[in-house]
Amino acid sequence: MKKSRFRFLGQSALFWLAVLAVFLVAEWIVMPRMTEFRKVGWIIFPCIMAVIAMGLNLIYGFNGQFSLGQWGFYAIGAYAAADVTYRFAARVTYPVQGIVFRLPPVLQRVIPMAQVELFHFDAGKSALLLGAVLFGGLLAGLISLGFGYIVLLRLGSDYFGIATLGFTVMVQVLLINSDRVLPETKGARGMIGIPQMTSFFWAFIFLIVVVVVMRNIIYSSVGRAVMSVREDEVAAQAMGIDTLRYKVMSFVVGSLFAGLAGGLYAHLYAFLSPLYFDFVKSFDPMIIIVFGGLGNMTGTIIATFLWALTVEGLRIWLPQGFEAWRFVVYPIALLLLMLFRQQGLLGRRELGFLRAPKWPLRKTVAEPIPEAAEAGAPKEGR
Amino acid sequence: MQKTLGRFTLFLRRRWYIALILVLVLLWLLNHARQNPQLFAQFVVDGLRLGFVYALVALGYTMVYGIVRLINFAHGDVFMIGAFTAYYASTRWHWSLIPTMLLAMVVCSFLAVVIERVAYKPLREAPRIAALITAIGVSFFLEYFTALDFVFTPNFISFTPLPIKFQSWDVAGITVSNIMFIVIGVSTFFLVLLYYIVYRTKLGKAMRAVAWDKPTARLMGIDVDWVISFTFALGAALAGVGGMLYVIVYPQVRTFLGVMPGLKSFIAAVFGGIGSIPGAFVGALSIGMIENLCGAYLSSTLRDLIVFAILIAVLLYKPTGLFGETAKEKA
Amino acid sequence: MKRKFWSLVSLALVLALLLSACGPKATPAPKSIKIAILGPLTGANATFGASNRDGALMAFEEWNAKGGVLGMQIEWVLGDSQCDPKAGADAAKKAIDEDKVKYICGAVCSSESIPISQYANEKHVVQVSGTSTNPKVTVDDAGKVKPFTFRVCFIDPFQGLVMAKFALNNLKAKTAAVVLDVGNDYIKGLAEFFKQAFEAGGGKVVVWESFVKEDTDFSAILAKVKDANPDVFFIPAYYDKVNLIGAQAKQKGIKAALLGGDGWDSADLDRTAADGGYFSNHYSPEDTRPMVVDFVARYKAKYGTVPDALAALGYDAALAILNGIKAAGVDDPDKVAKAIETVKFEGVSGMITFDPLHNPIKSAAILHVTGGAVKFEASVAP
Repeated sequence: MKKSRFRFLGQSALFWLAVLAVFLVAEWIVMPRMTEFRKVGWIIFPCIMAVIAMGLNLIYGFNGQFSLGQWGFYAIGAYAAADVTYRFAARVTYPVQGIVFRLPPVLQRVIPMAQVELFHFDAGKSALLLGAVLFGGLLAGLISLGFGYIVLLRLGSDYFGIATLGFTVMVQVLLINSDRVLPETKGARGMIGIPQMTSFFWAFIFLIVVVVVMRNIIYSSVGRAVMSVREDEVAAQAMGIDTLRYKVMSFVVGSLFAGLAGGLYAHLYAFLSPLYFDFVKSFDPMIIIVFGGLGNMTGTIIATFLWALTVEGLRIWLPQGFEAWRFVVYPIALLLLMLFRQQGLLGRRELGFLRAPKWPLRKTVAEPIPEAAEAGAPKEGR
Repeated sequence: MQKTLGRFTLFLRRRWYIALILVLVLLWLLNHARQNPQLFAQFVVDGLRLGFVYALVALGYTMVYGIVRLINFAHGDVFMIGAFTAYYASTRWHWSLIPTMLLAMVVCSFLAVVIERVAYKPLREAPRIAALITAIGVSFFLEYFTALDFVFTPNFISFTPLPIKFQSWDVAGITVSNIMFIVIGVSTFFLVLLYYIVYRTKLGKAMRAVAWDKPTARLMGIDVDWVISFTFALGAALAGVGGMLYVIVYPQVRTFLGVMPGLKSFIAAVFGGIGSIPGAFVGALSIGMIENLCGAYLSSTLRDLIVFAILIAVLLYKPTGLFGETAKEKA
Repeated sequence: MKRKFWSLVSLALVLALLLSACGPKATPAPKSIKIAILGPLTGANATFGASNRDGALMAFEEWNAKGGVLGMQIEWVLGDSQCDPKAGADAAKKAIDEDKVKYICGAVCSSESIPISQYANEKHVVQVSGTSTNPKVTVDDAGKVKPFTFRVCFIDPFQGLVMAKFALNNLKAKTAAVVLDVGNDYIKGLAEFFKQAFEAGGGKVVVWESFVKEDTDFSAILAKVKDANPDVFFIPAYYDKVNLIGAQAKQKGIKAALLGGDGWDSADLDRTAADGGYFSNHYSPEDTRPMVVDFVARYKAKYGTVPDALAALGYDAALAILNGIKAAGVDDPDKVAKAIETVKFEGVSGMITFDPLHNPIKSAAILHVTGGAVKFEASVAP
């Protein structure tokens, strides 16, 4: 059977159907059975962290540049998006009614809701959220372009990491003092009053888009160039690859992802505080990608969810009074992981959709074309 | 020293805009100094005091990096353990200054060696990121484990009574205290001692050899593992002293004490050239001064911003820090 | 070997999903009244949370011994909000979503109570705070009263006025230095109210310096204070920072009298660092009112220490909730909130009634730190 030529964002119809299926299962079957606290901590927040981790994976896992700046761009994206929605949320609203299906009791065993609503949302607010998040991402991308270009010109490996660490701290300090310039952010006291618009839908969409974009980048000549910089910069330059260009490119794309994630995060808890964006937490995405396997996209996603489950889950599962132990268990697990499986959970293996596509291989010996051979023989026919 | 000064002036002459910025900043500072000279002197003195404490910690970072190329994130927490040790020795057993200091040194050295053997040694041949993540893990563990009730405490404890009675004098309008003299005195003593050990003893030679080329050092008959452990222990002992001094100057102990001073000391070590001992010293004093002057004349909340901006600026122009070795790593 | 590893990973994932699906089942009619006690149980201000909890627990246990309220026993849940907005919001979410409480006794710090009040009001959970003094806890940014949030303490405009008047009239001060934590609503608010009142009374604030929560080195700020030589030095911070600032101030030889607010009230306040200081508080254990004497005796018998203001107010907050439930007659937060608005009873800290902004009208006590102890100095009525 001939494969359909339908392609959207480079992926087949089958892929998008699978995405839809995962979304519906999560949204209708799994999530209604969970409390708000678990929904946010175990599903929505990890989607956001996965976006950041994918970005960092691009910068460090695939490109080899040790960056601790993701958290700074996360902060920038968060505050930028929050500022936009804070100003405009009250004014834009355009509710769309959509279709409502009453569910028969038979289905209700599986989907524990009285009715499902399709396309029931507020178009105005959704557009605002989309715009705000994109704005946050773009701002983060622009700043990373400037910063990255200047710094990557001169610094490599460890020192680049230190410079990006400095960037994260500087962003935090600027946000602490932000109320002098933008009073609604309330500086160090924390911004409140941000509309809580991030739902699983948005987090999931952004995650899928980021995953698809990452896959397309990695399995292309751009991706190969990026990886070559990681493997051996001198050799890459000798092959004619402009290493600076690819370093900056991955840095910008990775930071843009972090900015997008920040925009989503701001509207998740409806509260932002610069004290949350400190440099200690900037190690979280680094830990996640090492945990999942550097340069491994599926590993990153799986690791993010496991990580979130550990950190948030332990908060619930540990008996009352022992909650403080979760931060003792967590580093011990980290230590054990580093001692016994350094390559991370998945090492270099990708799974499923994120596997390397099978490019058609050229045959090593050119075979004579059958028709020409036949035509040639009778012509020869002596 | 001559050579560095020469190189620096040449650098300035080539990049006139940097010279301009430096001159402007200097003029601005001098203006403030002229307006209120005693206050300015007070700021400088306080900055130095802070810088000396940072120096003790920065040396640990720089020595460890020099010898195993590892950024030991747990160093700040070893510093914290030293502080807690000093606190308990002083308040529970009422020890005086010198015994407390010795105890802090011993405890911290022991802890560092244990950490090195358990967490870092197995990863010496592993990719550096693994060792880094391990260091972070150790750091988190120390911070949160000691925060459990049965270990130390998750709360903030006030350090009273101090192991020495506080006294201060007014000298030409500046307040100096016996604590300040102790900080500067003890720090200088240990810095000189360290310099002596590293540059004038055979052990120091072994340390430098291992830092330069591990396999060859092994071939020369040096017990590399022992030397590395000793380096960790030495750095940690200094951090222990630093911890004790820190909580005497800022009398409050808590398990996250080491995070910011650790970061600042690390930045100081990088600023001065990580891997270089005089670099760490100069870097720490500079960072202490910059921090204090910034808090004085700009704003306390903008301190970290200025410190990091200066760090990044320096790194851009001299990636290995002020006194750092010229980039040896493969391009 | 690899197969085994994969099956383990997939097993873990499936388990995680299943676990989340094992959410809360339909809850039967509750047999007890569930109340959450939120406060900083660990961290910088641990004594606040501990006292708040002890005071509230005493009230709950006393009422339980007398048959509970509405015939049902009182069940409580503890939450650690660490005097931090995010931790507070998380603790509130956990209590409301996971533990299904309908009433919150807390929180302690205004910075945590403000985000908690937002969430509690959304979810229709009654919140009575013992010690959050910032006006924004009960009134939102638009000026509307939050229907479910109350407090049993005075508010900061009054507190700032009290200390300013004390400085001007009793201490005959003409100049003041103020040092504040920009990251904390309560501290910043109190500092500003003090400044307003002090300058309105003819005084002059000569030093106004900000710091951030993490700061330990105050040499630069204190050198400036010493240079300005003010008559009084107002430090409206919590006791942990007061210990640090006070100790360093004494080291610098600053002779000005230290003034503060109710954040000083703690057994962990360093009496030598704060020696000679005065701070405003909600009550004094030396008060001769029979209610107070009785409370102090019972608290001492139960816990072995003299109760501080946080314990007394925790007790009063608990009483407010319980009286409200009793008056409403049903375990329904909407009705209880309405009932609390009109409730009136005598608490340890004074007569508790609520004005239209859900604040009580109370007087303040001024305490003096001298000779290693805290002594009652004066009482100021509104």
